Amino acid sequence: MPDALVFHFDVDGENFTSAGQASTAIKRNLRQLGLPPEIIRRVSIAMYEGEINMVIHANGGDADVIVHEDCIEIILADRGPGIKDINLAMQEGYSTAPDNIRSLGFGAGMGLPNMKRYTDSIDIETELGVGTTIRMKVNLT
Amino acid sequence: MKISDIQRLLNAELLCCPDELDKHVYSACGSDMMSDVLAYVKDQAVLLTGLVNPQVIRTAEMMDMVCIVFVRSKRPNLEMIHLAEDNGLVLMTTEMRMYDACGTLYVNGLCGKAVKHA
Repeated sequence: MPDALVFHFDVDGENFTSAGQASTAIKRNLRQLGLPPEIIRRVSIAMYEGEINMVIHANGGDADVIVHEDCIEIILADRGPGIKDINLAMQEGYSTAPDNIRSLGFGAGMGLPNMKRYTDSIDIETELGVGTTIRMKVNLT
Repeated sequence: MKISDIQRLLNAELLCCPDELDKHVYSACGSDMMSDVLAYVKDQAVLLTGLVNPQVIRTAEMMDMVCIVFVRSKRPNLEMIHLAEDNGLVLMTTEMRMYDACGTLYVNGLCGKAVKHA
């Protein structure tokens, strides 16, 4: 089995304007690999929502995208405040984002639900005061 | 409907990517909340919004949208225009309000019907 291809990005938590740069880069990389547009769209939307979340809530973090033979894995790890109630956070419309983020077009409580919507599996590990790691997979077959 | 039809119907000013005006648009979305836009994939869509920041361009890019119309005479800055040009994304601005702009496109045949889940 060939080695998996890994793309790593540092997500800058200081600058909301530049949020999404990693997702833009991964979209370009996956296009170059010749993957189907629908797969690329699902991966990049899920990662974009995750990237925005990391900037809003966690002051940035690390994003890794691993291209396996049968799936694409997205791992987003931050050292933010952690998620207090995952069930609530997964509900569409629930958000803890501040008002200034809403005025920028986010914080509608759709981030995690959209990440689930566009991926085949999502696993969230979180610890209050320590951070959150989200693992998502989009199947290729 | 072609992007050029949208420009004509909304009496909009074109801000970039004049070479893309012949592209077809099959659905539309009007919203200032980008996560709502990201919730449903639309086929070769146009986004109508009153929100002006670089995340609008990135959202459209992630969704493979082909055109953004800024309503109420909102104008993107140069950074946003360059970001759109890099992606061949048409930007235009209209004096019309969101409700009127959406309604005008709808009665002229551009429905939101092509909305589908991923």
